[in-house]
Amino acid sequence: MNNMRTPLSKVRGLGSAKEGTDHFWRQRVTAVANVPLFLFFILFIVAYSGESYAVVAGALSNPLVAVLMGLMVISGVIHMRLGMQVIIEDYIHAEGMKVSLLILNTFFSIVIGAVSLFAVLKLGFGG
Amino acid sequence: MTNVTQNRPLSPHLSIYKQIPTMVMSIMHRITGMALYSGTLLVAWWLVAAASGEAYFDWVNAILGSLPGRLVLLGYTWALVHHLLGGIRHFVWDTGHGFDPQTSTRMAWATIIGSIILTVLIWIAGYAVRF
Repeated sequence: MNNMRTPLSKVRGLGSAKEGTDHFWRQRVTAVANVPLFLFFILFIVAYSGESYAVVAGALSNPLVAVLMGLMVISGVIHMRLGMQVIIEDYIHAEGMKVSLLILNTFFSIVIGAVSLFAVLKLGFGG
Repeated sequence: MTNVTQNRPLSPHLSIYKQIPTMVMSIMHRITGMALYSGTLLVAWWLVAAASGEAYFDWVNAILGSLPGRLVLLGYTWALVHHLLGGIRHFVWDTGHGFDPQTSTRMAWATIIGSIILTVLIWIAGYAVRF
C-alpha cells in the first residue's frame, strides 16, 4: 500500500479530523490539574462546613484560596466540557440534535465558569 | 441508503455481556462524570451564595444542610472521589501499564472500595471538624 499522505500532513500529525491528539491531551492535562485542585476543594469544604457566613467569606477572601478556587473552576469546566462532548458524540446520532447539544454543552460550561469565577473574584477582592 | 443501513444486523450490545468489574467501573466513571457535570450547578450556586451576602448564604446553607441536601452532597462527594480514583486508573493505563486482566480487575475493585472508604472518611472528618 502506498501512503497517500503528504509529507506536510505527516509532519503536522493532525490526522483526518485536523485535531490530532488535542482533545485527549487537554482531557489528561486538566485531569492532572484537577487532582490537587479538587482535593483542596474537598478539604476546604470539610474544614468550613457549617461555619458562619463571616468565617466562610473570610476564608474565600484569602488570596491563595481565591486563586486555587479560580484555577479549580477553570480546569474543572474545561475537563467537564471535553468529557460531555465525548458522551454526546457517542450516544446522539441525529446530526441536528448532536450539534445543538454540543453547542449547549459549550454554553453551559462557559456560563458555569463565568458565574463561578465572578463569585470567586468578588470574594477575593473583599466581597 | 437509509433502508440498507437500517436493516443491517446489529452486533450484541451492553446488555448481553457479563457484568465484570472493569466494565462496571468504566460505566460508573462515565455516570459519575455526568453527575459531577450537573453538580457544578451546586458548586456555582454555593460560590454565588457566598459572594451575595449573609442572608442568601444562610438560606443556601440551610438547604444544603437539610437531610435531602446532605444526601445530595454525600452523593456528590462519592461521585467526585470515584471519578478521581477512576482517573488515576486511567493515568496508569496511559503509561502503558496495568492492562492485564488481574491488574485491571484489581484496580477496578480498588476504585469502588477506595471511593466508598474515602467518602466515609471525608464525611467523618467533616463532622469531626464541626463538633
